[in-house]
Amino acid sequence: MNREPRVWMIFSGFIALFLSVLPLPGWLDVVRPAFLVLAVLYFSITAPRAGGLALGFLAGLALDVFQDAVLGQHALALSLVTYIMVREHQKIRSKPAFQQSLIVFFALLAYEFVVFAIDGWTGHPITTWLRWVHTFTGALIWPIAIALLERGHSAR
Amino acid sequence: MAFGVSANRSLASRGPSAGFRFTLYAIVCVTLMFLDQRGGWLTQVRYVLQGAAYPVQLAVSSPSAAWRWVSEAVQTRDALRAENAQLRLRQRDLEVRTLRYEALARENAQLRGLREALPPVAEKWLVAEVVNVEPNSLRQSVLLNRGTRNGVFSAQAVLDDAGLIGQTTHVGPWSAEVILITDQEHSVPVQIERTGLRTIAVGTGIGLALPYLPANADVKTGDLLITSGLGGVFPEGYPVGRVAEVHPQALAALDRVRATTLARMDRAREVMLVWFRETHPAAPGKTSGADLVKGDPKALPQVAPPKPKPAAPAVADVGSASPPAATKPGATASATPPTKPAATKPAATAQSSGTKPAAPRETPPARATESAPAPTRTTETPPPAAAPAAGEATTEPAVAAPSQPPPEREQ
Repeated sequence: MNREPRVWMIFSGFIALFLSVLPLPGWLDVVRPAFLVLAVLYFSITAPRAGGLALGFLAGLALDVFQDAVLGQHALALSLVTYIMVREHQKIRSKPAFQQSLIVFFALLAYEFVVFAIDGWTGHPITTWLRWVHTFTGALIWPIAIALLERGHSAR
Repeated sequence: MAFGVSANRSLASRGPSAGFRFTLYAIVCVTLMFLDQRGGWLTQVRYVLQGAAYPVQLAVSSPSAAWRWVSEAVQTRDALRAENAQLRLRQRDLEVRTLRYEALARENAQLRGLREALPPVAEKWLVAEVVNVEPNSLRQSVLLNRGTRNGVFSAQAVLDDAGLIGQTTHVGPWSAEVILITDQEHSVPVQIERTGLRTIAVGTGIGLALPYLPANADVKTGDLLITSGLGGVFPEGYPVGRVAEVHPQALAALDRVRATTLARMDRAREVMLVWFRETHPAAPGKTSGADLVKGDPKALPQVAPPKPKPAAPAVADVGSASPPAATKPGATASATPPTKPAATKPAATAQSSGTKPAAPRETPPARATESAPAPTRTTETPPPAAAPAAGEATTEPAVAAPSQPPPEREQ
């Protein structure tokens, strides 16, 4: 087993990025979880040394470019969440999956709140509640996501 | 639950602490945001990043592109023949419609007093395909497969065959982001085609809204909205949308007048990027300063729609059915000279500066009766009376104005 699964991390990061810019019809698009954020959360909990803050920052920067946002917006939000996760990774890792879901939910809320606040500060406020939907779906999909991501680990 | 790998060594043992690194990253992020908001050299960085992102975006859209290619490739002969027949029919239809175009253009030129018909305002256009990616689900935007390598620039108008789509925002080397006119942050200066009333169409996420119309504005369901040529991006006269609902009593300004776009926003596969002749009278004014006039400042407030305060006295005159030309001889007399140079040197000045002073003189007979029933609401009457006047001024020739005075003196 690889101790610091960099290859798998980068690979799944790209898959998550693909999934988060894939065009989806109507409501599916609204409930789409932030796949890349979930992947970054997973790796900052399970392998904080492999990616760590740099992973969060780079993934956030990629989101900025792909979502046509202000450069640094998602990067800041994701670095913040990654920082918290990396700091508390040992506590979070020992929790059962459903408690982790709850933690992930709050992490996603924090992430979305930072993005939302920066949206407002830069003069592009989007106040629709639809933007918060992905925090729920992200928390719901978390057990499945970690199962999939772990499989990649153990296969390697 | 056991997670695959773990790092048992403490994090602090290698390099600076996580907290320190986070602070560093946060500072970098904030600096980036600050610089990106300011523009400047970060636009270059952004350009490079957008170019780097394009292969990934293409890869994401490749499944749907492949599916489209396959479904086109395996079309049956019958289907192709049917489509061919339909296209031929449509082409004939369009040709018949444009048969009189030349004659109309010449007639229009004669009315304008120009010796030759103006060339079309669209100088050239480029067909671009929509890359099938979702830039941001909360914003109405699409990605096109053309960039600066094809000459695309920022804030360029994007149309489809039915109407206006949007404008480009960030342009990369091979791709361009387009903000749609239905985006909540986008607004188009439009004109109601039937009345010439100018206003601004704001995106609502699903359609358009006209929140800045006064309560007694003359708007009906089915009215066509065309671009007014102000704002410096879109040229004058392109169809934008159709008024779908009118609720004058609605509390929220955005609910009062709703419009639907003519362009098929969600289903457009191919769009057109358009370059406009800058010297053409219908071309978008390049600077916002061009919309302000160098002519007589006294004549200005009458036609500035968003500022009802200074226009109020002028409308009171209209209400009393006497032409403003009679009450303000100084304003019109000094305003007539600028019309001539404005007509000879076209561009934005022709539609904004020179013609505006002349506009109230042309309109009084019709407009006076319209605005007369509501003289008590002085704060609301100015825009409808003043705005149509300004709107008609753009569609009417600049040179025609000097030839008008004789009939008016008879009044």
